Amino acid sequence: MKRFVYADHSATTQPSEHVVETMLPYLRTYYGNPSSLYAISDQTKSAVEHAREQVARALGAESKEIFFTSGGSESDNWAIKGVAHQLAQKGKKHIVSSVFEHHAVLHTLDALKKEGFEITLLPVHDNGIVRVEELTAALREDTALVTIMFANNEIGTIQPIAEIGAICKQRGILFHTDAVQAVGNIPIDVHEMNIDLLSLSAHKFYGPKGVGALYVRKGVRLPNLIDGGMQEVGRRAGTENVAGIVGLGTAIEDAVSTMQERNQKLILMRDKIIDEALKIERSRLNGDRYQRLPGSANISFEGIEGEALLLWLDQNGICASSGSACTTASLDPSHVLLALGLKHEVAHGSLRLSLGAENTMEDVDHILSVLPRVVDMLRAMSPLWEEIKKQEAL
Amino acid sequence: MYSELVMDHFTNPRNVGEIADADGIGEIGNAKCGDIMKMYIKVENNVITNVKFKTFGCGSAIATSSIATEMIMGKSLEEALTLSNKAVVEALGGLPAHKIHCSVLAEQAIKAAIADYYRKQGIDPEPIVGCIEDCEACHAHGHEHE
Repeated sequence: MKRFVYADHSATTQPSEHVVETMLPYLRTYYGNPSSLYAISDQTKSAVEHAREQVARALGAESKEIFFTSGGSESDNWAIKGVAHQLAQKGKKHIVSSVFEHHAVLHTLDALKKEGFEITLLPVHDNGIVRVEELTAALREDTALVTIMFANNEIGTIQPIAEIGAICKQRGILFHTDAVQAVGNIPIDVHEMNIDLLSLSAHKFYGPKGVGALYVRKGVRLPNLIDGGMQEVGRRAGTENVAGIVGLGTAIEDAVSTMQERNQKLILMRDKIIDEALKIERSRLNGDRYQRLPGSANISFEGIEGEALLLWLDQNGICASSGSACTTASLDPSHVLLALGLKHEVAHGSLRLSLGAENTMEDVDHILSVLPRVVDMLRAMSPLWEEIKKQEAL
Repeated sequence: MYSELVMDHFTNPRNVGEIADADGIGEIGNAKCGDIMKMYIKVENNVITNVKFKTFGCGSAIATSSIATEMIMGKSLEEALTLSNKAVVEALGGLPAHKIHCSVLAEQAIKAAIADYYRKQGIDPEPIVGCIEDCEACHAHGHEHE
């Protein structure tokens, strides 16, 4: 039988059995609306509050600082638009972010720009990491918010969040981080790191899709994004996604309690992939070698195109991603890879492998047995590769 | 995303390679856009007796190159010139909307190879082949996406 290797955990993860088990009663039995008064709703109400405690504990926050949302995009929109609109009243209309944020952040900033906000996007340099001194230099009297992702979704690089948090605190500027890729994967403490707002999404750490949360530090005033009923103490309307919220709570608790052990394993597997893949000629690792998520590797192979590579990997049972334009409906390759200074043709030939809890060293060996073969085969039929070799010979 | 036939041409591409003593070579696309197609043809008595291709590009770029070589093999130059990108898409049983431009590249690569053949014969290809639009900017074929 063909081996199946899921190596796209940065895209999404499979909900764990434990997560599904804890969710099912809230789909089958406990369907009461948490806002209702009768007894069967007591169970759903307390389940939501239990999940809130689980999320708070995982982040070093207090329960009342956690608000459930539909996921990372909503949390990002709420945090950024909320702070922007709140502080615009005080004449603060400048926001600092980075060029390689997720589109949930970048497109939100685009929308604010149209409203008259000024946006500074920091470069990330060839290692895919924001420089703290450049961030400090970008801060102004009228800076309302700094929003920098915790870890990048495509190349996995981890940003200097604690340092940024300390600077923002010192300057009295609010700090939001899109931590969708980081939560459950690397340690986070919102107090130690001076984070004011943090977005997370359950499906990135073995929870269900369609549910996430926004951490809002006590005292931060944030207008509503979604108005309506009095759910989430009147700050986020809509009947609670009870089963999803319960799944989120279980997933975050499990992910944090097993993190250390899992990461020891993931780092070994990730490093083997990087070391072996880089033995392929004219390949490069995208993003810093060490300051990266435990399971994430992004590698470019010159002379080939990423979608063709993914299709061949899929033929061999391997699920992965690419930053090639051809994997999307857009015309340009990934903005993240271009931000690192990669040429378009090199960005087109990128491969993201993101490992997770269920992967084994046998999976890694399978990937490494297939990858060089597929790269060679595609290069053999590539006129671009022919050109590269011709140039080499000169 | 792709039909079985597209996947078949992608995983078992027909006529891959080069022709050392080709009578015409056409190259279309550019690296920046993420696709380059190179077609080699051998012509005897106005008939394409051999054709090979090399492609840098996505699955559909490889599949369209492959099927296009099959569609012009053994055809006269005049017949080969009538091959439209639409016919290539139809032969493949359809392509996703944002991949249609790959079939345009295949049509253009064939035309470029034939133009090169005429040029080598001392014949001005433009009145016969017409103007071949190279993919100078991704946006030139970008409109095909929408």
